[in-house]
Amino acid sequence: MKVMLNVFTPRSLSKAFKQTIRLVAIVGVTFLGLLLVTFLIGRVVPIDPVLAVVGDKASADVYDRVRLEMGLHLPLWQQFFIYLKNVVSGDLGISVLTARPVLEDIIRVFPATLELAFIATLMGIFFGIPLGVFSAVHQGSFLDQVTRVIGLFGYSLPIFWLGLMGLMVFYAKLDILPGPGRIDVFYEEIVDPVTGIMLVDSILAGEWEIFWNALHHIILPASLLGYYSMAYLSRMTRSFMMEQLRQEYVLTARVKGIAEWRVIWGHALGNCAIPLITVIALSFGTLLEGSVLTETVFSWPGLGLYLTRSLLNADMNAVLGSTLVVGTIFLSINMFSDFLYKVMDPRAR
Amino acid sequence: MKDTTHSQHGGVTLKLKLLFKLKPWLLSDTPQSAFQASAGRAYLGLLDFLNNRLAVLGLLIILALISVAVFAPLIAPFDPIQTDLSNRLQPLSKTHFFGTDEMGRDIFSRIVFGSRLTLYVIGLVAIIAAPVGIMVGTVSGYFGGWVDTVLMRITDIFLAFPKLILALAFVAALGPGIENAVIAIAITSWPPYARIARAETLTIRQSDFINAIRLQGAGPVRIITGHVMPLCMSSLIVRVTLDMAGIIMTAAGLGFLGLGAQPPSPEWGAMTASGRAYILDHWWLITMPGTAIFMVSLSFNLLGDGLREVLDPKSEN
Repeated sequence: MKVMLNVFTPRSLSKAFKQTIRLVAIVGVTFLGLLLVTFLIGRVVPIDPVLAVVGDKASADVYDRVRLEMGLHLPLWQQFFIYLKNVVSGDLGISVLTARPVLEDIIRVFPATLELAFIATLMGIFFGIPLGVFSAVHQGSFLDQVTRVIGLFGYSLPIFWLGLMGLMVFYAKLDILPGPGRIDVFYEEIVDPVTGIMLVDSILAGEWEIFWNALHHIILPASLLGYYSMAYLSRMTRSFMMEQLRQEYVLTARVKGIAEWRVIWGHALGNCAIPLITVIALSFGTLLEGSVLTETVFSWPGLGLYLTRSLLNADMNAVLGSTLVVGTIFLSINMFSDFLYKVMDPRAR
Repeated sequence: MKDTTHSQHGGVTLKLKLLFKLKPWLLSDTPQSAFQASAGRAYLGLLDFLNNRLAVLGLLIILALISVAVFAPLIAPFDPIQTDLSNRLQPLSKTHFFGTDEMGRDIFSRIVFGSRLTLYVIGLVAIIAAPVGIMVGTVSGYFGGWVDTVLMRITDIFLAFPKLILALAFVAALGPGIENAVIAIAITSWPPYARIARAETLTIRQSDFINAIRLQGAGPVRIITGHVMPLCMSSLIVRVTLDMAGIIMTAAGLGFLGLGAQPPSPEWGAMTASGRAYILDHWWLITMPGTAIFMVSLSFNLLGDGLREVLDPKSEN
């Protein structure tokens, strides 16, 4: 513990701070690049961006008006500048499908995705880390083989298919879990969306029946995403632990006569904490990606479903807005885990 | 007829004898030529690889996939596109091994023809993304300085998007279709290759043999293409093989969302999507194509793991 306390001296903090500023500069450039990419996808890649908005049945009048509104008569760099200004002021355009500002839509649907990804990550941590520790300690054992298979399947099973199979078995055949959706139809819109997270909102409203219903609905999609998180985390934990167990301090601790479980779960796993936090953050980011297909399979009204619905309806503003938001979150998660790493691990400074 | 079989057998035994005689030559401690040395190394690598049963299994499945794709018209008993509504949603039987789908098409035949689409996608993505990645990475690592900074920032920008989401955005702009799916996946696949090639180049760049070549007057183009790139190949091959599973799943995911191959083409992801409405009573509609995707990506993962142990022993896990 003493070592942990020494980490936060003013000097080490200021050093970490300086490095973070450098990092922020890099991230700023990357963020500008993100904007450039979404701008190019929206304006340059389509053969005719106006057509993508108005559809091919629009009259010439409408076409010209939209072209002027979109500023397509301006040079490209000016268009990019306008786009930048809009994004920075929080204007991602109007969704054609919902006729509302894209940012408003995203804020409304995002809690559902967050709820799913959060529970999935908890599941991944809860099962994946102990599994990884066990298989690192007992290499070649049955449990180690199981971990290997779980990891291998996690990299080989298409998530949308596993979701459908889960629905088929647990909903259609066994009928022990509810079907797609976030909640049963007759419970919809009873609870006020305070946080937007159904499990929290139903508790706040004191509606326990709705809470249980929502919990039943989240089990299948969350375990699905949780499985992928677990596959990744157990594999990473295993390799981190194997590296730690080779170190001499582990031998020293054992020689001193410290109980084996304390050596493993206290000393060795404690030293894996920093890389593990980074990996958990990264897996949270990948879950955002997995949620696109999962939400489509389970009709889960989050960002993923919003993105695919807009895609199928050629709603470019919404597609690019969601892409930008996901990219930004992904980038911030990476930056955050880098920062944690630098603050907590003296060797990384 | 007999003669030919006889001579074939003779050929095989001759080859085995030759290999037997070759063994001391291959394993010689004092190889006489560069060719002998590399042949010996390849032989040892092959032995290592063959010891890894799972990797061999993966390779066999992939070879089977390729032959299925090549001989698809001979293997498939039915036309994969032709609908037959009187025969729709038939369960598994001797005529329809995997049953029929909602349009009465034989699912087995569709999966057989779908293997062509899968190979088409992964082949094209590998051909586009790997060279781009290796070019960017080696140039960036070799020249360093601002070239490196600029190229690596661009790589970082592409890495900042989750793969599937960037691919979705590209497909949204380009329009659905299998060619556009290939382009979108390739655009999102090259950055990791660039990273790997750059890391390898940085370790090679300062070595003595590169300096020796430079003193002999070789220019950067010659050094990069002739001496740096070949040394990046092994780790790149491993990474590309391991990525194949991800590429297959991204392509299937795009197909599932209706953005990849368009109906009625027998793409495995799109087949899963169309079977989605029938999961209550007709389990085979989604089970079969999904199992095909799973088998192929699993075998690429197994093969990749095996190749990594042989070609890239440094990177444990």
